[in-house]
Amino acid sequence: MAVNALAITGDMGGSLNMIGYGLAAIGPGIAIGLIFAAYINGVARQPEAQSRLQSIAILGFALAEALAIIGIALAFVLTGK
Amino acid sequence: MTIAASATIAAEGGSEGGFHAPGPQTFELPGVFPWGGHGEYAVTKPMLQLVLAAILVFGFFYLASRKRALVPGKLQFAGEGAYGFVRNSVGRDIIGSHDFQKFVPYLVTVFFFIFVNNVFASVPFIQFPTFSRAGMAYALAGLSWVVYNAVGIHKHGLVGYLKLQCVPSGVSPAMYPLLVPLEFFSNILVRPVTLALRLFCNMFAGHILLVLFSTGGLYLIQDVGGIGYVAGPLAWVLAILVSFLELLVQFLQAYVFTLLNAMYIQGALADEH
Repeated sequence: MAVNALAITGDMGGSLNMIGYGLAAIGPGIAIGLIFAAYINGVARQPEAQSRLQSIAILGFALAEALAIIGIALAFVLTGK
Repeated sequence: MTIAASATIAAEGGSEGGFHAPGPQTFELPGVFPWGGHGEYAVTKPMLQLVLAAILVFGFFYLASRKRALVPGKLQFAGEGAYGFVRNSVGRDIIGSHDFQKFVPYLVTVFFFIFVNNVFASVPFIQFPTFSRAGMAYALAGLSWVVYNAVGIHKHGLVGYLKLQCVPSGVSPAMYPLLVPLEFFSNILVRPVTLALRLFCNMFAGHILLVLFSTGGLYLIQDVGGIGYVAGPLAWVLAILVSFLELLVQFLQAYVFTLLNAMYIQGALADEH
């Protein structure tokens, strides 16, 4: 391994995987915030559209969330040993 | 010397001395029957759960549709509501009212099969989400891949279908060498992988959360003492709250899998511009 996990996490006890996951969760976090901000704006402008917008919002949420979830799962699965 | 010793402790994940954190090994269950295969070929609990879920889904819809009364009884009403939910909001609204009816059986089956298997994570004495075993999620994604590609090739022919998927409209031909391989990779190769990974990772992470809070709470009470007598029950309260979140995630992942299936079928059936 080019990078020694110990060199970064040191004695503190921890895992490079979790640092990676923390960084990977920034993007999906922002994305989900944007999606639901758009949904709330849309419903605020036209409350009758709520049920039509809801399925789009849920779809967008699941697509954005998938990346964060892949991050946490791979952080557990790939130990690099 | 000290560095090596601390390196060993840190390398083990740095968790408290005797606590065995949950990880991928939590999901490797032993064979159930002594006379099944052994090792990787054993008949395990998730396999039995798959069969049980299939029997439950089939049994529910068969019993609900047996009487076919004009004024439905309670079971038929529940079955019609469940079937209508997927048929209307996923089938008709996504695929379009023209040719969605052929795909409704597939979509209804996929939705309820995944939903029942996910809910097994919350059912006492079972408490294991079937699709946290990645192979099972990949099998479903493989089936979905075959369905939407076959539908598209049946309608447009192989070349026409590949053109539909890989060549975006409204783009100058100079961009094609860059876009076409990217679209092929994204629409034909990556879609089943992300479908499976989304379902698998959600179930995997949810189960790890529940196991972590439950066993962590027990460890805190038993082996840490002191502050552990406060933190342990708190971990258990969190486990209960996360269980409710997991119920939502289970429904959502089944719904999203079915919704994406319908969207891929609709994309494969779309007409040329």
